Amino acid sequence: MKRILHLSATAPRLGALALVLPLLAFVTVSFVIPLGTLLGKSAYQPEVARVLPQTIAELREWTGDGLPSEDAFAAMARELTALGENRPELARVSGAINRVQSGMRGVLNRTARRLARTGQAGSWRATLTGIDSSWEEPATWLAIREAGARFTLRHYLHALDLEQRSGGGIAPKAADERVYTPLMWRTLLVSLGVTLLCLAIGYPIAYMIAASPPARGRILLLLVLVPFWTSLLVRTTAWIVLLQRQGVINGFLVSLGLVPDDGRLQMIYNMTGTFVAMTHVLLPFMVLPLYSVMRSIPKSHMAAAVSLGAAPLQAFRRVYLPQTLPGIGAGSLLVFILAIGYYITPALVGGRTGELISSQIAYHVQTSLNWGLAAALSSILLVAVTVLYLVYSRAIGIERMRLG
Amino acid sequence: MKHAPNAGVVSANEGDRPSAKAGRPSLPGRKLGRYGFNAFCVAGFVFLLAPILVIVPLSFNAEPYFTFTEGMLRLDPEAWSLRWYESVAEDDAWRRALVNSLIIGVAATVLATTLGTLAALGLASPSMPGRTLVTAVLISPMITPIIIVAVGVFFFYSSLGLGQTHAGLILAHAALGAPFVVITVTATLAGFDRTVLRAAASLGAGPMRRFFRIQLPLISPGVFSGGLFAFAASFDEVVVVLFLGGLEQRTIPRQMWAGIREQISPAILALAVFLIAFAVVVLLTVEWLRSRSASAQRSVH
Repeated sequence: MKRILHLSATAPRLGALALVLPLLAFVTVSFVIPLGTLLGKSAYQPEVARVLPQTIAELREWTGDGLPSEDAFAAMARELTALGENRPELARVSGAINRVQSGMRGVLNRTARRLARTGQAGSWRATLTGIDSSWEEPATWLAIREAGARFTLRHYLHALDLEQRSGGGIAPKAADERVYTPLMWRTLLVSLGVTLLCLAIGYPIAYMIAASPPARGRILLLLVLVPFWTSLLVRTTAWIVLLQRQGVINGFLVSLGLVPDDGRLQMIYNMTGTFVAMTHVLLPFMVLPLYSVMRSIPKSHMAAAVSLGAAPLQAFRRVYLPQTLPGIGAGSLLVFILAIGYYITPALVGGRTGELISSQIAYHVQTSLNWGLAAALSSILLVAVTVLYLVYSRAIGIERMRLG
Repeated sequence: MKHAPNAGVVSANEGDRPSAKAGRPSLPGRKLGRYGFNAFCVAGFVFLLAPILVIVPLSFNAEPYFTFTEGMLRLDPEAWSLRWYESVAEDDAWRRALVNSLIIGVAATVLATTLGTLAALGLASPSMPGRTLVTAVLISPMITPIIIVAVGVFFFYSSLGLGQTHAGLILAHAALGAPFVVITVTATLAGFDRTVLRAAASLGAGPMRRFFRIQLPLISPGVFSGGLFAFAASFDEVVVVLFLGGLEQRTIPRQMWAGIREQISPAILALAVFLIAFAVVVLLTVEWLRSRSASAQRSVH
């Protein structure tokens, strides 16, 4: 009897789980694991250790004072000679070591080329230093050892503009050498600014829709939904058409004589472009949660406050506004989360001064091929978004997200 | 607008209504405030819609400019033309992009809708274990910054040999689209009356029959609109395509990206107008499904 009762309690659980499992497995394979791989790349770098195993093993024995042993030179020479026949592999390894210390790419390529031609001349130490004097410097070997470590926090230090002091310890870089922390601050400030702009424009719009008679309210809501559904690239293109130097707004201002033809305003490919286009793209995400909260506030509340003698502004501030706080929270969090990771719009209309952290991630994946750094920047961004996402799901409930 | 801050409260306590009225702005002042508020709202709507509306007439420009030429303003028929529409229609690259977008979009939508609907049914069951956590995982592709998704998918799928393939893009887009289906179907199921299913069971209908003949038709508006969301998300997705796709996988947004980056020509505006029309059709369909879903659930009772 007990067993039957137990079964009847677990059967529906299993049934529900069986329905969810296919998507859960799919999302895990197609999304969660790729993300995990990316995060792994930020701290795990097996390439150099895999390609130069003997050299790295020898260098682990080395104290770091003076030059490493003849064995280390010999191992390096042997492995570089072998690498000389595998060009793509050599390029990858020299690139990885070059990121620890610039200039190493040339040293390694040159040495591999010369070794293949001349072979050994005297001791391996004499051979290598004869090819390139950099082999006499301990810094060269330190860089190789560092690049050969399988686990590293180097990319995170780099992404946070920190550096390892030669005497040990970690310190922030000099102010003019910082690249990523200013960009992170800019990303946060732009996201905050865009959120506030969306709130300032979106709140009255949502109020107007909620306060309108149903028929007109529906039409006004559709007017908000048209941009929501319109392709992001179309909306970004539209802003380029409007804002560029030979665009609609400049053309209009020139024809009115407000702006001279040779003094057309630069409103795009800078921070202005990023702000305007991002606010436009994200505005519906503010209006919709606000509207769904405002719709549920009975009109009688304001009327009651006014009939009790409150001035309209006061009734709004003390009666209406507090009731819309959940909508303000939901809309602001959503807009902020979306803004902080935005890529397309800043990349197309932001130019150099309006780019955000996402552009640097793309740059290091596609152009500089510094994947470890791209992964570290991604991880930092992902942590920020996850924290906000948890706040959102705790405070508002992810199931209550309204679409369109 | 000026008014004594606490006039209302004080007078309400004293029961002294006339003085409360005195604390409110005078009628013209309130009118002015209302006009100001309405003007601000109208400006907000103009900001939302003007960029989209402006490109419609500009796509008929006979000249390769992004401003209204004098001829256009004079409504001179010579200044208006369909040349950019023709150039898009005749361009093979755009046609291939459309085919790619449709293949990837439809396949990803079918995958996302099937798996998403099943998952929503499971999540709606009161006995689902760990619902909050599972929901958070299933929804996460929608919240994760797209650049991170694209980079992660690029590294992982490339190592599996799925880089620069349609299959890779379909899998990634299906993962991105599934959350929309889960959310819309969950919302529809929240209003679903389970007594109907019990009634059907008591009349002898098996579980399959109960699902396909009763539950699915009733929640179908939610399933369809979730599917539309998933399709629209794939149809507009560019960042994953940018990283994972090759020349053979160029979709419409990818082709537009190239057009904007390289040399923006009014041909893009003609395409943009087509995409706006597509958006309006999708929007009206979703709204229609929403109203149908609401009325279907009312009629059950």
